[in-house]
Amino acid sequence: MFDRVFEKDVAITGIGQSEVARPSSKSAMRLTVEACMEAIGDAGLTRDDIDGVACWPGDNNNGDSFSPVGTAAIKSALGLKLNWYGAGYEGPGPLAGVIQGAMAIATGLARHVLVFRTITEATGRARSRTANALTNKSAGRDGTYYWQWYTPFNVLSAINLAAMYAQRHFHDYGTTAEQLAQIALTCRRHAALNPKAVYRAPMTMDDYFASRLVSTPLRVFDCDVHCDASTALVLSRRDAAKDQPNPPIRIDAIGSAIHSPHAWDQVDLSAMITQEVGRMMWNRTDLTPADVDTAQLYDGFSILTLMWLEGLGFCPRGEGGRFIENGTCIGLDGDLPLNTNGGQLSGGRTHGLGYVHEACAQLWGRAGGRQLADPRVAVAAAGGGPLGGSLLLVRD
Amino acid sequence: MPRKLPLLNPENTAFWTGGADGELRIAHCDACGTLFHPPTPVCPACASLDVGHKPVSGRARVVTFTVNHQAWTPELAEPYVIAIVEIVEQAGVRFLTNIVGCPVDRVRIGMPVRVTFEPIDDVWIPLFVADE
Repeated sequence: MFDRVFEKDVAITGIGQSEVARPSSKSAMRLTVEACMEAIGDAGLTRDDIDGVACWPGDNNNGDSFSPVGTAAIKSALGLKLNWYGAGYEGPGPLAGVIQGAMAIATGLARHVLVFRTITEATGRARSRTANALTNKSAGRDGTYYWQWYTPFNVLSAINLAAMYAQRHFHDYGTTAEQLAQIALTCRRHAALNPKAVYRAPMTMDDYFASRLVSTPLRVFDCDVHCDASTALVLSRRDAAKDQPNPPIRIDAIGSAIHSPHAWDQVDLSAMITQEVGRMMWNRTDLTPADVDTAQLYDGFSILTLMWLEGLGFCPRGEGGRFIENGTCIGLDGDLPLNTNGGQLSGGRTHGLGYVHEACAQLWGRAGGRQLADPRVAVAAAGGGPLGGSLLLVRD
Repeated sequence: MPRKLPLLNPENTAFWTGGADGELRIAHCDACGTLFHPPTPVCPACASLDVGHKPVSGRARVVTFTVNHQAWTPELAEPYVIAIVEIVEQAGVRFLTNIVGCPVDRVRIGMPVRVTFEPIDDVWIPLFVADE
């Protein structure tokens, strides 16, 4: 299927994260610097060693709170001497920065790539309730390639799109709200063990059903929680990584496929693009879903996590509801511990890199009260609608 | 309800302004006969550049929907239905819209609907009403 799987030559060698606050009193750049310096130090490197920078989506909309800091800004702030850098919204979802950074290393453009994701939507929301509305992606009339097909109908949030996926999944497969609730309940249980999580108080099924309906069938507790945070990691060429302090976490396989049209209303409405992403990732490795010790899967909205579980082959398509029923399978003691830091639903919407950060923390045995027993293989996946990518991570 | 309007361009004008003549106009390939959406100057099925648009019946079915309860702005306080509809002429040709003119709890997947237009400035927004 693939005759070159370059990502096996790339390893994650360090991670860092700022406070996860709602909101933070620090600037977006300050949060970014803290995360990046922590990651560089954790990798046993200094600023002088970093010769590449990547992020998703970069500063693509006038520094707005969805992505206030891009590669150009951090490059200058940290005085980095780069051989390569890159960012941009158009890529396989929030993990695109990791994927691009891995490509830069594998092709020899860089040796140590800093990857980060900064988001300040808690501050953005405090300023204006519609700060993150999709209608703000364009000034005046909507000429964007795909939002123009949604904003005239008052789709102001991606929840309306995710809710339609949920409705279709419920219709096609008999998935129930009680089943879907297990994503939120499981994340909250795990968040209780994560000191940095935004919401840590216990949540019951009654609490879930008492939460406000936002867009049927999705409720407030199906939505991730805005925060201010920056997350960073260092990618290194594998031959360099062996001399660094942390046991290298190899990128064993990447999933970045999209076969359907790139549009929220044209993708498979009960799977999005998770099926093709999963097929690609598993075609680039000898490992199988049964080898995975923990899954950190995108929960911008709970229904997206369910589709990632199916798309990545942890259960058959349509079986996601039954797979997570009663929550034991995806709990810390289950077969597939899911979103062990509370995910974005309770941990905070660090948006993408938080999943990779948590996967590495688990693989390095640093997850404190939520630590799993010696995990070796983790999957991280992020994105919704036509945006999506996945990483299979292995600690050798 | 207030609506953000699309920026008209050579590809999307037929869709957004067909309502002036009471027509729902969908991109069409004159080479292979395929209808498609969103409109582009090349047929996604056969890559022909011989594409235009064609009026369709305006009848469709609800493929999926959601009732939005969040008042994103004060003008959006009342629940409204967002849906993806598929036109009856060709499976897979679908787009997002609002279902109007009926109680929000009446909408269901598979429900037959037909187009109606809401003119604002130079745009005729295609909305759908129950057709049963």
